[in-house]
Amino acid sequence: MEITPDSRILFVLPGGPLGDLSVSATIVNTWIVMAILVIGGRIATVGIGPATPTSRWRLAVELLIEMIRNQIRAIGGGDPARYLPFVGTLFLFTLLSNVLGVVPGFMSPTGSLSTAVALALCVLVAVPVYGIAENGLFNYLRRYIRPTPLMAPFNVIGEISRTIALAVRLYGNVMSGMVVAAILLSVAPFFFPVLLQLLGLLTGVIQAYIFAVLAMVYIVSASGQEAGAAESRTPTKGAGAHSTSKERNP
Amino acid sequence: MDALTVIAAVSIVTAGLTIALGSIGPALGEARTAAQALQAIAQQPDEANTITRTLFVSLAMIESTAIYCFVVAMILLFANPFWDWAIEAATRTTGG
Repeated sequence: MEITPDSRILFVLPGGPLGDLSVSATIVNTWIVMAILVIGGRIATVGIGPATPTSRWRLAVELLIEMIRNQIRAIGGGDPARYLPFVGTLFLFTLLSNVLGVVPGFMSPTGSLSTAVALALCVLVAVPVYGIAENGLFNYLRRYIRPTPLMAPFNVIGEISRTIALAVRLYGNVMSGMVVAAILLSVAPFFFPVLLQLLGLLTGVIQAYIFAVLAMVYIVSASGQEAGAAESRTPTKGAGAHSTSKERNP
Repeated sequence: MDALTVIAAVSIVTAGLTIALGSIGPALGEARTAAQALQAIAQQPDEANTITRTLFVSLAMIESTAIYCFVVAMILLFANPFWDWAIEAATRTTGG
């Protein structure tokens, strides 16, 4: 049984002295998702200006971007424009590839551990980049020896293990949706798999949201001014959520 | 019993045990989370949006513990490295 799109080899590129390069469904499906995102964004923003959006495409994209900006602000990121390119891209990519998983014959690229690990590695790199850009190298490194230098190894282990958890969470959720649907298709065909696909749509959207939110929370906890991540995160999150609900009400 | 049978039997039993035991904790945790969230919504219906959003995030994070168990079970069943090694060893001894 195919449990990841990695095992489906679509074609083989002749690679010369380094050996052949087999291109799996993961890579091709990633290209498809990228093409849809780029072309959709290009169509939506053609002839963009300060005027009120007239086309439905542009309105939809602006609503989506505004939603992402609000979420970033609610987590406590301050200026959303700083984090939007990274977190928004992660969200849109995982969202589109999870949702496209219901298309027959299309296996979500996020259902492969390679893609999930690649995305989590991006987060692993982005956290110190944002943290150093915000606080400077010395202040960022000093975070590791809080509260005592004895905790430094555990902080490092925590960074690595949360990256693994981020990758396995995304991969496991998407892959389990595909596997359970495939198993149910052979046990109780036609009705229950459809319900499972519906549940998979919901799970996919939530997982994309969680991936982006966790990336944002990690970045904020590394670039915030306070020392402890946990105690600095909770009040900013509460205050942010409060302010957004206030913005929404009037 | 030869090595292949032992590996197959242990893998299958362990996969079942992994997902069975590993789903107990997340199930209890998710039930508690949902109950608390419902209580919070009942007390403060105005904050239902925020509570629901946080609820979904926490549910998915709790559920990831069960997902880890599921991934391990899937690896044991479909991509078992010990099984591959045993098959390889068996073909090596019979072939060579």
